[in-house]
Amino acid sequence: MNKNVNNFKANYKKLPPEFNIFLVLLGLALLFEILGWIFIGQSFVANKRRLIIMILQVSVIGIIAVGVTQVIIMAGIDLSGGSLVALSAIVAASLAQNSSYTKAVYPHLTDLPFIIPVLAGIACGLFAGFLSGNIIARTGIPPFIATLGMLVSARGASTWYNNGMPVSFLNDDFIALGQGAWPVVIFLSVAALFHILMRYTKYGKHTYAIGSNEEAARVAGINITRHKIIVYSIAGGLAGLAGVVTAARAMSAQAGMGMMYELDAIAAAVIGGTSLFGGRGRIAGTLFGVLILGVITSGFVFLRIDAYYQEMVKGAIIVGAVVVDQIRYKKKNTKDKDI
Amino acid sequence: MNEIDKKIILKTEGLSKHYGGVKALDNADFTLKNGEHIAIVGDNGAGKSTFIRQITGVEIPTSGKIFFDGNLVNFKTPSDAKNAGIEAVYQNLALADDLDVPSNIFLGQEETYFNLGPFSFLNAKKMYDKSIEVLSKTGIKIPDINIAMSNMSGGQRQCVAISRSAGFASKLIIMDEPTAALGVQETEQVENIIKNLKDRGIPLIMISHNLRQVFDLVDKIWVFRQGKIVGSVDATTTNSNEVVSLITGIQQKVGEEASFI
Repeated sequence: MNKNVNNFKANYKKLPPEFNIFLVLLGLALLFEILGWIFIGQSFVANKRRLIIMILQVSVIGIIAVGVTQVIIMAGIDLSGGSLVALSAIVAASLAQNSSYTKAVYPHLTDLPFIIPVLAGIACGLFAGFLSGNIIARTGIPPFIATLGMLVSARGASTWYNNGMPVSFLNDDFIALGQGAWPVVIFLSVAALFHILMRYTKYGKHTYAIGSNEEAARVAGINITRHKIIVYSIAGGLAGLAGVVTAARAMSAQAGMGMMYELDAIAAAVIGGTSLFGGRGRIAGTLFGVLILGVITSGFVFLRIDAYYQEMVKGAIIVGAVVVDQIRYKKKNTKDKDI
Repeated sequence: MNEIDKKIILKTEGLSKHYGGVKALDNADFTLKNGEHIAIVGDNGAGKSTFIRQITGVEIPTSGKIFFDGNLVNFKTPSDAKNAGIEAVYQNLALADDLDVPSNIFLGQEETYFNLGPFSFLNAKKMYDKSIEVLSKTGIKIPDINIAMSNMSGGQRQCVAISRSAGFASKLIIMDEPTAALGVQETEQVENIIKNLKDRGIPLIMISHNLRQVFDLVDKIWVFRQGKIVGSVDATTTNSNEVVSLITGIQQKVGEEASFI
């Protein structure tokens, strides 16, 4: 009997750490499936259209979450994601307008090849991240404050940029980026790329090391300042990319876009097993975290429950995920003391 | 530098560190010969750790000169000191608890397949094999080196920290209280690693509060008191009475059996 338990434990340990989160995802889907048959009389999962809409909706959050996950693994936090989505969406859109529209933001810069607005949007986020990274790494102020400042400033900048007016009449080849499966493809490629970088490169190793023990990383000779700037820049750049996709999907951009996205992105990372204490977490976990958020949103819509309840449940789930992490962390610490 | 000076691996002249008005380290003149093992002893707040922090580049001295391996050096960061060949094992072990053993041993000097700056791909197999190799020299048993450090015992952690320093081609190893948190058996293992370093001719500076250990392991004892170096004595000719009176600053009789301060 005891041997069987040990056997199970050994096999369980061999499973990737994302297995638990995957079970939660399955459990939630099953819950909505059962509730669906009881109250609505139809299946939740067996609806291709619903699944497509669900994954499309979370792709933008997912792109931001990939960056935020890296920041949190480094024991930092990035609150600026949502505002950077708005800023880079509006900057990208202003360079993607077509010449048939007479009141373009830049009348001389219409009908540009789609790569220019895309790069401009990413660069915009990258620069904002670079700025936050420099402030955090060089002045030593808490990342919470620095990125909170960026959250407010970037929202202001995106309103200022076109006097609060929306930017529309975008080129077809730019808009194409937000249509069909493109947002999902972009999200999955970004997630795959950074999953590999975090697991198999020096960049990833140093990110985990700084999050685990910054002092140890410093005396080991890692350039902490430079590394922090790189990680915050990448997070900013990914928020910029999310902004580009948002503008392309909506076929226009306005200053109110991406509101609260940063919190959804942080939630996805935390639900996906990334520790707010730093040092632990994986991009693959965040992928499941994003899907869990998607299932909750789409499940509530499916059950025709008010959006308010949805927000309340989401909040509870975020707090719950952090509580679980805290308990795990404490357990580990007391174990250290026993030795 | 003349011939005699080349035998000196580390030398400081008038090394001082002031924190505001507090003179944590005051005018320290220190020399260490190549291959020599020395201990730094002293009461709490005597300036031992401050001294170490200056020569490992963790802090920048207020004034004074450091000569290492025949050159005047000016370490700005720990990596400067590391690149020069000074490896340190810190009191708090300085391990990344969430990382596995090879990652910790190679932290900051990872093996990669080809250089792409920060995005270089890690050669995990090479790091694993080399880790096994350096750990085998310490004689400590770690069943699985691919699990996180936080799952390991104090002795295992200490051995990983020391292996990290001893494993690389270092010219000087510094240990800040290497056995402070260890049990009897683990202390013995760490002492064996230190003896092994002596055989390999690698010089060592060790901070320790354990006089029994100090007399067992080192050639020379340097005594710090209130930020100043108050003496250096040969471990073979001195006794614990003399060392203790230097540490406390007063001549007093101490029982022969007193091995802990």
